[in-house]
Amino acid sequence: MGKLFFYVALALVLVSGLVFAPEHAGLAIHPMDQFTVKPLFGGDHIAWYTPTNVTLWMLFAVVAIIGLLVLGSSNRGIVPSRAQSVAELAYGFIYKMVEDVTGKDAVKFFPYIMTLFMFIVTANFLGLIPMSFTTTSHFAVTAILAMLVFVTVTITGFVLHGAKFLGLFWVSSAPLALRPILAIIELISYFVRPVSHCIRLAGNVMAGHAVLKVFAGFAGALGAGAFLPIFAITAVYALEVLVAFIQAYVFTILTCVYLKDALHPSH
Amino acid sequence: MEGDLAYIGAGLAGMGTGIAALGVGNVAANFLAGALRNPSAAASQTATLFIGIAFAEALGIFSFLVALLLMFAV
Repeated sequence: MGKLFFYVALALVLVSGLVFAPEHAGLAIHPMDQFTVKPLFGGDHIAWYTPTNVTLWMLFAVVAIIGLLVLGSSNRGIVPSRAQSVAELAYGFIYKMVEDVTGKDAVKFFPYIMTLFMFIVTANFLGLIPMSFTTTSHFAVTAILAMLVFVTVTITGFVLHGAKFLGLFWVSSAPLALRPILAIIELISYFVRPVSHCIRLAGNVMAGHAVLKVFAGFAGALGAGAFLPIFAITAVYALEVLVAFIQAYVFTILTCVYLKDALHPSH
Repeated sequence: MEGDLAYIGAGLAGMGTGIAALGVGNVAANFLAGALRNPSAAASQTATLFIGIAFAEALGIFSFLVALLLMFAV
């Protein structure tokens, strides 16, 4: 039965490829068009308050998170519903990560880290819906998230340890002659952190979506074989689902690692 | 002419992503080698694995970004 269905579907795809073969065949690949920011209600001018497709999909992400967590935690049962188990799984997963990586005294930062993770993972997954917009593919969005982490870490470090926090850059285990050079390297690497933090997330997401569009663009040049890229697209899409989760995980765990530096500067 | 040079540069920058793939493969291969020697310690080190992969991968993404900028922004 399943096999028959598969062959029928394949035949349908083949026939539709022949019938709907594009007349003006040729490569027309515009992989970056999907990232254009457009105002929702017409016009070209974009001010800071203009509702655009970015803000719309951010709103969707926030609504989805609130829906999941509020629905998941209302009418709690011994036998959890699906929403409840997903919400509990996410909560426990992040809580354990904060405890393991940053330490038991970092639990007061748990709400912030949980918010970061939920926002990024939801925005990534919503972006994988066809025709949707991926907010995390924009450096402006991820740069703000990364800058907030950077500012939080720096302020926390100075509030908790005062001038001793600068000891992070003074590697006391190294020979004295090397320490000034190491201090410069450590200082540079400290300030490059937010850059790589935000580019990693946005770059990964943007690259994946651009690859999907490139494969889709091949359909125009293949004529009757226009159905062929669907196999490649399915495989890349599966990879993108994995990447969407892993990048949110990596962003969160790096936040934990940076916070550990602020709470326990070890050098 | 300038646009053509930008395309050559984009191709050169694209090589960086492949080299970063070597780095990511190196991290994963060494993790697997260690994990097979001591499977009981493997589960506790997956976070470290992902951090290592993320650091190696970031540089590949940088070169991908340079390629994109040369293709579309220059």
